[in-house]
Amino acid sequence: MVLNQFLLLAAALFCIGVYGVLARRNGVMVLMSVELILNAVNINLVAFAAFTNSIAGEVFALFVIAIAAAEVGVGLAIVLLIYRNRKSIDLTEVDLLKG
Amino acid sequence: MMFAQVPPTTDPPVPTEFSTPDVDAWLILPLLVLIGGAVLLLMVASLVKSLQDGRFAAYATTAIAASAAICVIPLWARLNADGASSTFNGAVGFDGFSLFITVMICISVALTALVAAQYLIDEGFGGVEFYVLMLLSAAGGVVMASANDLIVLFLGLEVLSIAVYVLVASQLRRFASTEAGLKYFLLGAFSSAFLLYGIALVYGATGSTNMSTIKDFLAGNLLTNNALLLAGFALMLVGLGFKVAAVPFHAWTPDVYEGAPSPVVGFMASVVKAAGFAALIRVFVVTFSTYASDWQPAIYALAVLSLLGGSIAAVVQTNVKRMLAYSSISHAGFILVGVQAATDDGVRAALFYVAAYSVMIVGTFGVVTVFGGEGDHAHSLDDYRGLGRRRPALAFALTILLLSQAGVPFTVGFFAKLEIITAAVGAGSQWLGVIAMLAAVIAAYLYLRIVVSLFMQDADEEAEPVRLRTPDTAVAAIAIAVAAVMFFGIVPGPLDDVARDAVPVLVTRG
Repeated sequence: MVLNQFLLLAAALFCIGVYGVLARRNGVMVLMSVELILNAVNINLVAFAAFTNSIAGEVFALFVIAIAAAEVGVGLAIVLLIYRNRKSIDLTEVDLLKG
Repeated sequence: MMFAQVPPTTDPPVPTEFSTPDVDAWLILPLLVLIGGAVLLLMVASLVKSLQDGRFAAYATTAIAASAAICVIPLWARLNADGASSTFNGAVGFDGFSLFITVMICISVALTALVAAQYLIDEGFGGVEFYVLMLLSAAGGVVMASANDLIVLFLGLEVLSIAVYVLVASQLRRFASTEAGLKYFLLGAFSSAFLLYGIALVYGATGSTNMSTIKDFLAGNLLTNNALLLAGFALMLVGLGFKVAAVPFHAWTPDVYEGAPSPVVGFMASVVKAAGFAALIRVFVVTFSTYASDWQPAIYALAVLSLLGGSIAAVVQTNVKRMLAYSSISHAGFILVGVQAATDDGVRAALFYVAAYSVMIVGTFGVVTVFGGEGDHAHSLDDYRGLGRRRPALAFALTILLLSQAGVPFTVGFFAKLEIITAAVGAGSQWLGVIAMLAAVIAAYLYLRIVVSLFMQDADEEAEPVRLRTPDTAVAAIAIAVAAVMFFGIVPGPLDDVARDAVPVLVTRG
């Protein structure tokens, strides 16, 4: 019953994140939306860990936080590279490759 | 207030005496060689100025990858003597499957390093860090192939992917490369997040992240409400579908393949795809075997869409790198046909296909790297006209590799396709076999188009011919790939036997 509340919160965050990735045109906003999805996952993992009384979910959440940091590091570097070349991070203008 | 309602759950786990898990370091020796070699290479090259030119790093990478592959030989003997086992408290598995994928990844890395050696020097980017990233990415692939726990699987996937994002974007001066890097990064991060959400749901439904525990749980318990579990399956399939580039999750593939530096594309098409399929087989065919009737239709649909979508879209392209991108989607469809069968034969056929395809595609992109000329840009079909006269040996090698991709007899591609279709028919999916053959026929047209423009059309007289370099290291890598394609095309037995022994198993502890 109460687990559902956590799952619903996580699902809502997930949906906001997916919407952000698909609808936002700013590269940094897309990155932030991906972070939202990852945090939705963390809420899920910690909630499940608390309710099944196993530690694995909490450990997994720590790994996810670390990985997310690494991913954002690389992602921001690439966005910065695009910005230096183009003076813009509008994803609709990044269209040298068709498709 | 909300939290006040939380019922008192059972007592939190009492911290017992802290104990570190048993670690049998021998079982992960290839992994240690790859990572240790990468770190050592980085250190040596930053301390010794004279070794900073890319050539040394390329040879060192080839040597490291080759020694990691050689480390597998005693492990294979041990496997045959003692059987499969697991280490790190059951988190890392040790079986024929992981060893097979390890060897394949190492061979692909060694060949890619040879292809890239002179290319990177001529194009003036990369350097030692390019090779270090490649080795670390390969280590991630090995982790994925031997994962026995969903946490380990995810870590392996991220180590693999993050390094490849950087490799794709590494040609800073060419805008197409950074753009491809951005696209691959955004979609890759998005798909990893999907995979992760799926893993979280499966963990919630089964109460464990250990694959063998999950398998036992699913076999022993009938869930009254399996919505959570099925949603988890679907999200994991989406995540892995992106990695292996199956339709409808393929949109990034042509752009990234066109924009990324050519040797990196060869690396992605072999290593990333192999690791993705390893994860797919381990998670779905082995761990979720009890629920095969639930996920099989989904993979069936992905296979049909990839087979037909990939080969039909490839035919209308005019850029060779984009053609090969779509053809790689079609090849992914073939491997999915083997995965869909969910039988030992299917897994064996998928492994055989993955191995054959890796060698073919690294060789193919070796030739494409050379034919791209200065600036790595001459990749349209028109640019390839008349190359049969200018570079007959390389054009001939490319022809053999393409014919093998098309599945012509006396090449390894023929047996790969044959085994996949046999496995599909054996598992009762005759129609999938028919669709696979149809897709092979459509795709054959595309390979022949490239061959025709190589040999039967003359180059445009007025256009300035592209300056080509033929570095001997790349030629060596291409020669090895062609030799392997021909050898296993005439004597497929050895590879087939190894693929048969490389069955994936899950071992709980010890």
